[in-house]
Amino acid sequence: MEPATSQVWIIIVVLGICTYLIRLSFMGLIGDRPLPEWLLRMLRYTPVAVLPAVVAPMLLGSGAHSGDALRIGAALATLVVGLTTRNVLWAIATGFGLFFGIGALLG
Amino acid sequence: MASLNTSQFKRGIFDGLPFHLVLVPFGAIFGVIATEAGLNLVQVMGFTVLVIAGAAQLTALQLMLDNAPTLVVIVTALAVNLRMAMYSASLVPHLGPAPFWMRALAAYFLFDQPYALSSIAFEKEPSRTAIEKVSYFLGVGIPLAISWYVATLAGALLGERIPAQMGVDFAVPLTFIAVVAPMMRTVAHVATALTSVVLVIALSFMPYGSGLLVAALIALFVGAQVELWVEKRKARS
Repeated sequence: MEPATSQVWIIIVVLGICTYLIRLSFMGLIGDRPLPEWLLRMLRYTPVAVLPAVVAPMLLGSGAHSGDALRIGAALATLVVGLTTRNVLWAIATGFGLFFGIGALLG
Repeated sequence: MASLNTSQFKRGIFDGLPFHLVLVPFGAIFGVIATEAGLNLVQVMGFTVLVIAGAAQLTALQLMLDNAPTLVVIVTALAVNLRMAMYSASLVPHLGPAPFWMRALAAYFLFDQPYALSSIAFEKEPSRTAIEKVSYFLGVGIPLAISWYVATLAGALLGERIPAQMGVDFAVPLTFIAVVAPMMRTVAHVATALTSVVLVIALSFMPYGSGLLVAALIALFVGAQVELWVEKRKARS
């Protein structure tokens, strides 16, 4: 069933405003007031804590493609190249090359 | 009024280039799926411009198709976006001193790719000023946002002529891995990432979005504790 127009717009506008406020939250309110040392220490680990939590369910969770050997292989290769070269571009190129290259070969 | 730093803005544009390859197919897919779900062109574009968060947009769309109540759609999609509060907090030490209008502008572009690239860049060169950092951040974010709009529009217009099963959904996890791997500089970073992965899988029974937040928060704490522990050991020896 297609969603009603008013429902769609309510969802879009409320989601848009609230998402913006989430993004502005700390950045907008705190400004240049100093943060405590323990908090800064934790915040330094934010990308390393959040991004793997976003990725892991896509690869190992219950989704349609999780557990797929080609995907996990390409992901591992990306990880290894990223760890050894410390270069984002090489890591992306390796992963994409493997995934789409082998994917095309297998048809 | 303070103005942006042009050279940092350009560096941001340059560093963001490879990420267009990821966002374009993802945006196009959203355009296709949203159109097929019965949204008109204005709604599809309104969605993309106002929310500008791929995973949350797809989540909301899926729930709308399942006829979920409006409130459930909104709350679930917001839970997916709550990680951005952590991004916002972690950028405070870098962007905090910049004028409010710059931070307000940057907040709109605070999605995964500009955040990830900026946190790498700011860690490498912490001596950049807040204005330089905002400029770099916007240099990454603005062109990527434009790509995202154009890709969504193309997807909405071309509709089913774009095959939805090209495997482009895999582009997102792949780029995140590529971004995170070079960040593994210390034992603390590795411990944080491992904790995050193990917990998010263990907590996958929790309603969408909440398991991720609990896993990430505990992982942050583990990272900080390991760092303290390593420092203490070094001090003793």
